[in-house]
Amino acid sequence: MTTVTQTPPPVPLAPSAPAAPRRTSRMVVARRKEVAALVIPSLIPILIFSVAPLLNGVYLAFTDATLSRNSSNAFTGLGQFRKLFGDALFLESFKIGMIWAFSVTLLQLAAGLGLALLLNANLRFQGVTRLLALIPWAMPPVVVAIMWKMLYNPNSGPINGAIRLFDPGFALDWLGSFGTALPAAIIVGVWVGMPQTSITLLAGLQQIPDELVEAAEMDGASTWSSFVHVTLPALRPVITSITSLNFIWNFNSFGLVYVLTEGGPGGQTMLPMLFAYNEAFKYRDIAYAAAMGNVMVLVVVVLLMFYLWTQFRTERED
Amino acid sequence: MALTRTRPATRGAQYVGLAAYMVFLGFPLFYLLMASLKSTQQLASLDVWIFPRSLAWSNFSEALASQGIVRATANTAIVSLTTTLVVTVIALPAAYAMARFRGRLRLIGTGYVLVSQVFPVILIIIPLFLILRTINLNDSLVGLTLVYVTFCLPFALWMLQGFVAAIPVSLEEAAAMDGASRLTMLRTVVFPLLVPGTVATAMFTFVSAWNEFFFALVLLQSPDNFTLSRSLALFVGAEGQVRLGPLAAGAVLASIPSLVFFAILQRRLTGGLLSGAVKG
Repeated sequence: MTTVTQTPPPVPLAPSAPAAPRRTSRMVVARRKEVAALVIPSLIPILIFSVAPLLNGVYLAFTDATLSRNSSNAFTGLGQFRKLFGDALFLESFKIGMIWAFSVTLLQLAAGLGLALLLNANLRFQGVTRLLALIPWAMPPVVVAIMWKMLYNPNSGPINGAIRLFDPGFALDWLGSFGTALPAAIIVGVWVGMPQTSITLLAGLQQIPDELVEAAEMDGASTWSSFVHVTLPALRPVITSITSLNFIWNFNSFGLVYVLTEGGPGGQTMLPMLFAYNEAFKYRDIAYAAAMGNVMVLVVVVLLMFYLWTQFRTERED
Repeated sequence: MALTRTRPATRGAQYVGLAAYMVFLGFPLFYLLMASLKSTQQLASLDVWIFPRSLAWSNFSEALASQGIVRATANTAIVSLTTTLVVTVIALPAAYAMARFRGRLRLIGTGYVLVSQVFPVILIIIPLFLILRTINLNDSLVGLTLVYVTFCLPFALWMLQGFVAAIPVSLEEAAAMDGASRLTMLRTVVFPLLVPGTVATAMFTFVSAWNEFFFALVLLQSPDNFTLSRSLALFVGAEGQVRLGPLAAGAVLASIPSLVFFAILQRRLTGGLLSGAVKG
């Protein structure tokens, strides 16, 4: 949005057209009018409901605004940020967000790559699996959370039910106990996000020419070594881009964990977005929440730079 | 990949792996479906039997009767359909401009699309809440629709401009040679060719709006305005009192439209990811 107009990404996404015949200024004006007419209906809602709020959100972090209607919104400089970095709860939530985003992203990648390879290997029943892989993606996140809450239910849930076959009396509340809540939520995160990763990786796999892999195997390379030396390097651009985007999405995730645990027990699953949501709409401290948002943006920007850099490199290699 | 040379042992391992994925991905869905048909007694007991002891279709009628589900479904449908309609109408011309007038516009457009997909929405929702409150549109379906339109736009623009770019420019040039104005040319050449792409984009927009939760959570306060996700989440919060059967039934019902659209879009989806992910 705004950041883009300030620093256009260093990606030659639009190779400039070869020197066109010089246009008269009247033609340029006419063309601009035409473009404006086409773009303005989209531009207006974007400016009012996306760009303006974003700028305002960045600014709010430097004030003492609250949700109350007669909040003074006085400028307070870096005050909110000072408070933020002295707030043990925030630091803890940031750490949980990092653990969550790292684990979910890595497991999504590992599991997604496994599934992509299987879907690419000419087996039977792939159609069913591929369809199953699309469903988590299509379902409303709230429904996914409800479903997993039922699976994890300490009494009626089938997970504990299966364990009780061996250990009658077992009644662990997976989402409600210290130590298990975050891993349990991470598994749900992987369930939701792995399919998309795997379909993307599958698309990448299908771009690799068969001859490349065949040639390697002709040369006596084992399946494993042709995977490591041919398949993985060919997938590298897809892997780096999907991983950086997944990390950002996971770091920003909200709905799933909100419905699963509301950040509990005892803040064990308090992702940064949940923390900021609580600050803004439960404790009504919107300036403080905005400061959190600003810090989260920094994380995103760094990762986005990395993403664009890898894209740039790929494009140059092509 | 060198299909003929795969050893039986490797093949076997591959099938075991595939089966594991099928269980991991499929079991939760299957369980939810079964739970929606189980009696309250079975769901409340320690009974591990995965199938319903007796089919409790009443869960569905109960879900529909109670919990304001009908109201919420109507709200969700109205918001999603309006969002889809508005997004499609305003995104079409802009996507056309993005695809055809390359250069700075396309660069900025692409950048905006990318950034909008990764921004922490908390920064936007706070001022948005304040703006909507000022014009009395928070806690209203109109306000929610405005927000959905804005947030579904980038992805719709991105998809549509891809479909426009796939139409050969030469077709338009031929029409221009024949003396067609830009408007006539759009109407007679471009839009007819864009119909399948537009339908796919519209479905995606509908699904995103239908599934959305965060904005609905923040903006909607009165139960009369709740969308499906919003009201289902409410009942999870009150888990102690709520009966799991009807909740599961409601969850199943809430996912049907998205699942239907995704099934229709499956092919296009994989194709889109292919070009999107690999070429970046």
